[in-house]
Amino acid sequence: MQANDARTLAGAAPMAPAEAAAGNSADARPSSSDPSSAPTEHVTLGALHFKEANEQVRQALDRTDDVVLEDVRAQRYLGCALPAGKRLEIHGTPGNDLACFMDGGTVEVLGNAQDQVGNTMNDGEVIVHGRCGDAAGYAMRGGRVFIRDGCGWRAGIHMKAYDARQPVVVVGKDAGSFLGEYMAGGVFVVLGETGDYLARGMHGGVIYLRRPPRAGALSDEVVLSRVDDADLAVLGPLLAEYDRLFASELGYRVSEEAPGFLRVAPASSRPYASLYVR
Amino acid sequence: MIDFALPRYQVRRDAEECVGCGICVRECANGVHVARPGEKVPKADHRKCVNCLRCVLTCPTRALTITRWPQVDGGSAVWTLEYMQDIATQAASGGVLLSSMGNPLPYPVYWDHLLLNASQVTNPSIDPLREPMETRVFLGGRPVALEIDERARALRSPLPPQVKLDVPIMFSAMSFGSVSLNTQRALAMAACELGTLFNVGEGGLHRDLERYADHAVVQVASGRFGVDPRYLNAGAMVEIKIGQGAKPGIGGHLPGEKITAEVSRTRMIPEGADAISPAPHHDIYSIEDLRQLVYSLKEATRYEKPVAVKIAAVHNAAAIASGMARAGAEVIVVDGFRGGTGAAPKRIRDNVGVPVELALASIDQRLRDEGIRSTVSVVASGSIRTSADVVRAIALGADAVSCGSAPLIALGCHQCGDCSRGRCNWGIATQRPELVERLDPEEGAERVVNLVRAWTHEIQEMMGGMGINAVDSLRGNRLMLRGIGLTDRELEILGVKHAGE
Repeated sequence: MQANDARTLAGAAPMAPAEAAAGNSADARPSSSDPSSAPTEHVTLGALHFKEANEQVRQALDRTDDVVLEDVRAQRYLGCALPAGKRLEIHGTPGNDLACFMDGGTVEVLGNAQDQVGNTMNDGEVIVHGRCGDAAGYAMRGGRVFIRDGCGWRAGIHMKAYDARQPVVVVGKDAGSFLGEYMAGGVFVVLGETGDYLARGMHGGVIYLRRPPRAGALSDEVVLSRVDDADLAVLGPLLAEYDRLFASELGYRVSEEAPGFLRVAPASSRPYASLYVR
Repeated sequence: MIDFALPRYQVRRDAEECVGCGICVRECANGVHVARPGEKVPKADHRKCVNCLRCVLTCPTRALTITRWPQVDGGSAVWTLEYMQDIATQAASGGVLLSSMGNPLPYPVYWDHLLLNASQVTNPSIDPLREPMETRVFLGGRPVALEIDERARALRSPLPPQVKLDVPIMFSAMSFGSVSLNTQRALAMAACELGTLFNVGEGGLHRDLERYADHAVVQVASGRFGVDPRYLNAGAMVEIKIGQGAKPGIGGHLPGEKITAEVSRTRMIPEGADAISPAPHHDIYSIEDLRQLVYSLKEATRYEKPVAVKIAAVHNAAAIASGMARAGAEVIVVDGFRGGTGAAPKRIRDNVGVPVELALASIDQRLRDEGIRSTVSVVASGSIRTSADVVRAIALGADAVSCGSAPLIALGCHQCGDCSRGRCNWGIATQRPELVERLDPEEGAERVVNLVRAWTHEIQEMMGGMGINAVDSLRGNRLMLRGIGLTDRELEILGVKHAGE
């Protein structure tokens, strides 16, 4: 079953090093044409249109691997297609489609994010020290998204996995309805409450819940059970990472609670196999 | 319980001509022809025949003919045999009827009611054999006004990205999974040779096709199969698929048995699981949301590729197209209800959508009325059968057309409409290796190139007859069309006069 693959592979996925937010003031590294040894750059977005803002961010990323964005005011597409080795630190509120098509980079938001964080993300890591809007992780097929607080509706829709790729989303507080709709792979963890129509059309991957789903939220397409050892091998490290990122801000830890979590997994990888007739 | 299902076809074998070679037994993946021990002549299981003509055309003595099953219905024009058979199938299974290819019902084909003009005496015809005849078109957005630095002989205003087509005929979106890799290979090679584009559909770009990627349209649909930055930047153009003419309002659904290891790798999805790409993009609920997706693709490709948006021809296509143009789409693709598909629910295929001719004419008119037609390109598809249909579509307002069924027919498709079963005897709509290898991509490409070259020459002759020497001058030139046998309302929507006027 798909869920088994998700559990084993996600557990083996390497952890991307998330740097502490404090380490990003311009340091004294010598400047050179090699972006990896260039000092961190700061770009202030203010009221810039997203097209101009993204162009400035791309130019800064061509010069250095580490870019800090100040006074961000809902500019869309920040971190779009960001490749491995590049890091954005965002102060303010990034707009929709943060880290869309991201391809290995790291984005850390000191604040809230809006809709579609990690849309069609291929690889990399997004850390949000706040909440995010709707459709987080849409069609994500790799990488990890850690949201400290809650998220809007339709998170994890169309998440998928293949080969060694296993996308992961961890949401620290409540999630809206339609979570995991048409989910075909990957791991989604919710630490707060979930809404109605949970995992509709889910045919792959696994959802871990700290709180039981709302009455009537699940359909026959999925199976609810307690986590077992194989689940804990996946869930444990994700919760530990959540604690490492956010426990000092929140004043509590969650990783000790892993054995009490519930698992939602699809009953079949072919939910509509008998829908059609010729 | 008696099985109510009747065979659709009868296989007739001329016992005198049949030499018992057994080719039909080997060629039919549906298992129609059964060799019998001790008998020279195979027996046919008529129920399994889909009328794909593979056995008929491979029989060395032409001993085989397929006819309709001779059973008559009760003579009712209402309760036809087909409707009764559909009811029997659904009563036995509880399933949604699945079908393939485009709407086959006898709705009006407006192409056949549009006659072309030719010059006589004044504005004389042009002979394409002797005189230059431009078939090249460019697709992409265009600024409302161009600023030119005359001294430097250079453009001062930035021009949005354009793709060049040497012929105004592209190949429609067909994904790896719905069609075989050899089918895509043939179309890709033909597109390169012809200087036009093929379209990978929503199935990702197979690594073997990356060498043809500069002639590929890469599609983004709701399931985002195979979509990553490398894919988006590999193609010549990015197309957002909102809808498809054969099944407006219905998404893609590739059954798990067709998700082989190769398909899984190319779509970047799990092997063996259903690939579900529902009609709604769940991030698009408005024109503003579409704009967000359009610009996310522009950002991901650094504004270097035109972004197309494809919709099915539906009732409000003109208003939707206006919104698409305002959402930043640079190419508007409209696909009529006779457009083909690998699989569509039969009731959707046969009842939903409108003919592309009407939708195209009203889209072109609406964009003109709003003064934005010149800022976008329009592509029409869905039952372009001949070069004359290409000319009609361009005269109704298209910059170019896309053809799917015609190139497939060039490759061996005989429109049996059984694509969804995955047992295509011609190696087109199948992933079974022994069937796929029946289609030689090089031979296939040559046939498709032949077809498009022949059409192009015919287009040049028809344009020459009109006294027009460039496709650009034909676009939206509805004076070159006259309706025949159409009502005033139909003529008004098509924007053409009646023949004789």
